[in-house]
This record gives sequence, C-alpha cells and structure tokens, in this order.
Amino acid sequence: MQTGLDFTVIWTNITYFFIGRFPHGALGGIALTLYLAVISCILSFIGGLFLGLMGISHNKIIRYLSTAILNIIRGMPLLMVIFWMYFLLPAMMGGNVNESWTVIMALTLFTSAYMSQIVKAGVEGIPRGQTEAALSTGLHPWQAMIYIVLPQGLRNMIPSFVNQFVSMIKDTSLAFIVGVSELTHVATQINNRTIIYPTEIFFFIAVIYFIICYAFTSLSRWLEKRLAWRR
Amino acid sequence: MITFKGVHKWFKDLHVLNDINLHVNQGEVLVVCGPSGSGKSTLIRTINKLEPINQGTLIVDGMDLSDSKTDINQLRAEIGFVFQQFNLYPHLSVTRNIALAPIKIRRMSKDEAESQAAALLERVGLIEKRNAYPTQLSGGQQQRVAIARALAMKPRIMLFDEPTSALDPEMIGEVLLVMKDLAQSGMTMIVVTHEMGFASEVSDRVVFMDEGQILEEAAPDEFFKNPKHERAQQFLKEVLSPMH
Repeated sequence: MQTGLDFTVIWTNITYFFIGRFPHGALGGIALTLYLAVISCILSFIGGLFLGLMGISHNKIIRYLSTAILNIIRGMPLLMVIFWMYFLLPAMMGGNVNESWTVIMALTLFTSAYMSQIVKAGVEGIPRGQTEAALSTGLHPWQAMIYIVLPQGLRNMIPSFVNQFVSMIKDTSLAFIVGVSELTHVATQINNRTIIYPTEIFFFIAVIYFIICYAFTSLSRWLEKRLAWRR
Repeated sequence: MITFKGVHKWFKDLHVLNDINLHVNQGEVLVVCGPSGSGKSTLIRTINKLEPINQGTLIVDGMDLSDSKTDINQLRAEIGFVFQQFNLYPHLSVTRNIALAPIKIRRMSKDEAESQAAALLERVGLIEKRNAYPTQLSGGQQQRVAIARALAMKPRIMLFDEPTSALDPEMIGEVLLVMKDLAQSGMTMIVVTHEMGFASEVSDRVVFMDEGQILEEAAPDEFFKNPKHERAQQFLKEVLSPMH
C-alpha cells in the first residue's frame, strides 16, 4: 500500500511534459501550450482590435456585422467553437489542416469577440475632445484613431486584456479534446500509462499553469508601468 | 475669407443657429460674444465642420463646406482651432504635440518639425517646457502650447472657442497676450470670449449672439458705448459689472 505522494513519475517523464515527442515527433507538452497561447494572443489582439473598431464604425452594416459575430460567439461554449473549427476548417481547406491550428483559430475567434468589447469601451472612454483636436489640425479620422485615441485607449485596456489573455492561456487545455498534445493532453497520456499517480500528475500541471499565468501577469504589469506617461 | 449665408442648424428640436449671415475678411479679428447657450461655440465649430450645418451656405477660404468635393481634412489643416479645454494629447511631449500634424500632414521631416515646434514654443514663451508632458503644465501654459500646436500647420484662419474660460484668473493674461500678438501679426481670427477687454482692445468687430441669432454686429467702440439691442445691453451690464 502506497502512502504519501511520489513525484518520481514527474521526473521520469519530465522531457515528455516539457516538449512531448520532440525532436523525434511533434512538439507537445508545455512547449505546445505556450505556442498555442502566444500565437492565439497575438492573433486575438489583432482580431479584437479589428472587431472592436468595426463596432464603432460610422458604417451601419460594418457595425451590425461586428455585433452579429460577437453575439454568435458569446452564445456558444468555447468547446463548441473548438469542435466547430475542428470539423469546419478541414472541410473548408480541403482536409489538410494542422490540428493545433484549428485550436488556434477557435481560441482566436472566441477571444477576439470578447477583446472587441474591451477595445470598444477603451476607445469610447477617450474624451471626444482628443479626436476633435486631432481632426482640427487636419489629421484624417483614421490618423486620429491611430496616433491619438488608440495609444491612450490601449493603455487603459491593458488590465482587461491581461484578464482575457490569462483565461485564454488556461483555455488552451481544452485542446486536449481534439487530440492536440499540449500539456493537459500529455498529462492524461502519462496518467493513463502509469495509472496510480493522478494526484501527482495533475498537481504538477496545475502548478505549471499557475506559473505561466503568473509570469504573464507580471510581464504585463511591467509593460503597463513602462507605457505609463507622466500624470 | 469666411461667409455665412442663411445658415441654420438644429440639435434635435433645438434651433442652435438661426439664419446666420456673416462675412469675415482676411486679416480681420472678430469677437463673438453672448450668453451661454446662445450658439456662439456652435457657430465657430461649423467653420471647420466639427459641427455640420443643416441649411444655408458656408464658404471658407473659397471652399463650400456643403460641397461633397471639398476635402474637409485639407481645409481643416488651414484652420487652427483652440479649445476651451486645451485638448492637448497627454501621451505625447509638448514638442510631439506640436510636431505631429506637420509630420503626418505636411510631410515635414522630424527634425524640421521639431525645430519649428521649438520656434513656436519660443514665440509663446515656453521653450523651457519643450520636453514636458501636458499634465506637468499649468492651464495657461497648456493653452499656449495648444495655440502653438494650431500655428504649426501655418493656418490662414485661427478659431478660438472660449480659450480662457477654463483658466484660473491669474493665467488669463498670458494667453490673451499671445492672442493679441497673433492678431497684430495680421492673422484672421474669430474669438468666442467673455473677455471684453480683449474685445475692445484687439478686435475689429464684435458680434453679439443670443438664442442662435446674431442680434448685433458693430465696431467694438460702438458696441460697448452704445449697444442697440436690449439683450446686448443686458449682457454687457452683467459681464462688465456682475455684482450689480
């Protein structure tokens, strides 16, 4: 009868936890989790900016389109979006889509929708006088947005962005459902193989998720300070 | 330079500009005054189309503002606008505030735009603040930077929307001095203000507005000594001696 926790299962599988079968096979584990998170963060930042700016467009059709996308995504569980992409993307692209990319697309679509609301609120929170001042010097409306409104708005949006990104990092674990061998998937594999160490294994990956999210939060706090202008 | 012909504007049911007819010549300094809510701010905001008009004709620098072929951004670059709340960009240094539009619109090099900004800061007496950020400046200093920012585009017209109304009393003088200097350099100016001292000393003509209409239009001496309209008399009494 075993007593206490035995973490040797972690150390014997440590490279598998970190990089999966790489370099003899596909990249997996923590490395793949980070890969999914970083790419999805970048893409959903761009997507959120785009959708958010569409939402405050003077063109009614563009505005409605943005609201429609938002409402559809908001009404669906993320898992559903992942399944959706998993079956939809290969059908659209002719059957040859990397599974990681179906997850990246799902996370991006899902997170962009929420980010767009943050962008919209951030932009609308900048006093109208800022835009008027920019326009009155002859700047085009898009130049006023890029040089005056967004730089101020984005800074205010950082804390909300961080929340969204942190929950997205954790949501990468849902990729295990379609067989993408990120950290959670790798952990379930090891657990299935070793059978008697579920507590150790899932405790370990919980700590890893915490470290990744905490590191990200600290990084953004540092960034926020650097971007602060003197008040 | 600027011509209003039968201009009307409504905010929903509110008739903010009611049959405005006005002509401003090149080099003229026009003061617009009147009680709050009289439409004077709206009037000057229509000149660079921050507020579009609903009816009538408005010609600025030979361009019809209602004509869809008029490039409004190009026209705005020729018209400086100074706001009551300064509206400096808080994320940019004073120099960058001034140099931004010349770099982006006039395709000026960064060095050229920044040395122009330095010259303008010299002119408004703030050269030592060139690297400061707007929030580090007093209200009067911010407004002088805002004037420098407007001048950086070498405008042909300058519009001032209550430029001293948000300032502490001891800072009003420094801003008015810069404006007086500008007027004497031959700039075409329209100034919405309650500063009657500025109106009588610097302006060529005073326009009195109430309830969206121009009620009186006269040379400053004439306007202050002998206001014809009853509401103008009332207004002057309140502005010049508020305690009585």
